[in-house]
Amino acid sequence: MEPIVIVSTGVANIASVSAAIRRCGFDVELTDEAARVSDAERVVLPGVGSFEAGMECLRDRGLDSVIGDRVAAQRPLLAICLGLQLLCKSSEESLGVDGIGAIEADVRRVPVGMRVPQFGWNRVEVSEASAMESGYAYYANSFCIIDRPDGWTVATSTYGREFVAALVRGPVLACQFHPELSGTWGSQLIRRWLMREEVGSTC
Amino acid sequence: MLTKRIIPCLDVRDGRVVKGVRFTGLRDAGDPVEQAARYQSQGADEIVILDVSATPEGRATGIETVAALREVLSIPLTVGGGVRSVADAERLLGAGADKVAVNTAAVERPAILSELARRTGSQCVVLAIDAARQPGQSGWEVVTRSGVNRSGLDAVQWARDAQQLGVGEVLLTSWDRDGTGDGYDLELLGAMSAAVDIPIIASGGAAGSDHMLAAFQAGADAVLAASIFHDGINTVTDIKASLAAKNVEVRL
Repeated sequence: MEPIVIVSTGVANIASVSAAIRRCGFDVELTDEAARVSDAERVVLPGVGSFEAGMECLRDRGLDSVIGDRVAAQRPLLAICLGLQLLCKSSEESLGVDGIGAIEADVRRVPVGMRVPQFGWNRVEVSEASAMESGYAYYANSFCIIDRPDGWTVATSTYGREFVAALVRGPVLACQFHPELSGTWGSQLIRRWLMREEVGSTC
Repeated sequence: MLTKRIIPCLDVRDGRVVKGVRFTGLRDAGDPVEQAARYQSQGADEIVILDVSATPEGRATGIETVAALREVLSIPLTVGGGVRSVADAERLLGAGADKVAVNTAAVERPAILSELARRTGSQCVVLAIDAARQPGQSGWEVVTRSGVNRSGLDAVQWARDAQQLGVGEVLLTSWDRDGTGDGYDLELLGAMSAAVDIPIIASGGAAGSDHMLAAFQAGADAVLAASIFHDGINTVTDIKASLAAKNVEVRL
């Protein structure tokens, strides 16, 4: 079985996501090579740290365009937390820095008056058919997407106001939360992404 | 809506869970991986492990324990004890910690907090504060090295400064209440909650869900407890059910 390729560009904390995938019975391979990320069957784009540092790491290695191409071609990709944000056009965290632009959205700061970062478990609501299941997900974020981009199935959570919890299009799953830290619910979501062509397909 | 977190804490020494009052008089309380897995299945929202021997003896927290915990945990893991440098923190994150808690090293050299936040992101950096009331004074003083040293720092001001340096969360232990079962120091929580915008984990003194309810009402975002779970007096499941019955939003 082909290993699951995790984009690893530096300090990003990938032990948790690696362990979660191994618990599902798959091997993982860490890489920062654009060719490998382009060829691999299934790719995980994790990410912690700042938008600017994340984009710099991707651009330096030519990863931004191959990841963008995977989304455009609807080839299996799991983007987590900053990984989701990097797929967007821009972020209030790093004004003037272009994102990958595969998702037609801009990343905003969590509303004023809320504790930042949003740390902990928040309810994920799924209203559209054939998407993920509702449940509790673990978040660690100071930024998020507010506006729903066209062409994606959207799950939402609320922190001060409603925001995008996850976006699904075919085998592309982009989560603001950390599925690898979201207990049984998160493990099941990862497993579905690993096992199926369409994350949203019904059981 | 973001739920309130219940966090069992394992004090670890030489790879074993230990228990004691006010960080001393330690006795063996089991295997950390076994216990963490049990708490996870009971519905724990996060696990904190603190290597209580790390700072006094100058040892780094057991990397092997962290790696073994990561294999079984699908919930967040915070690790503290003996984090003296960015390299220490990176070793722990590499082994499977999601956040590192820094205490003594930050008091001695606050710049470590900004270095860590820059390198790993604020969401990985927790400031652990042991706060003690001092006779005849108002407020709380930061104590370090497992309570041996008084720092002269005001705990609330220290948290404010640490937030500016990029810390993502405060783990606030009341030195006066720790291990006593008299409840969290609610005044301390109230003062801290009003002073910072980052989340606060209340620690020290919990004997049951009523203490946790009071801590949430005083401004805590999460509550940490050790002995009430280790002794088998309460399960996380029971605690969460009691809190939910009192209209606290918890993950069930």
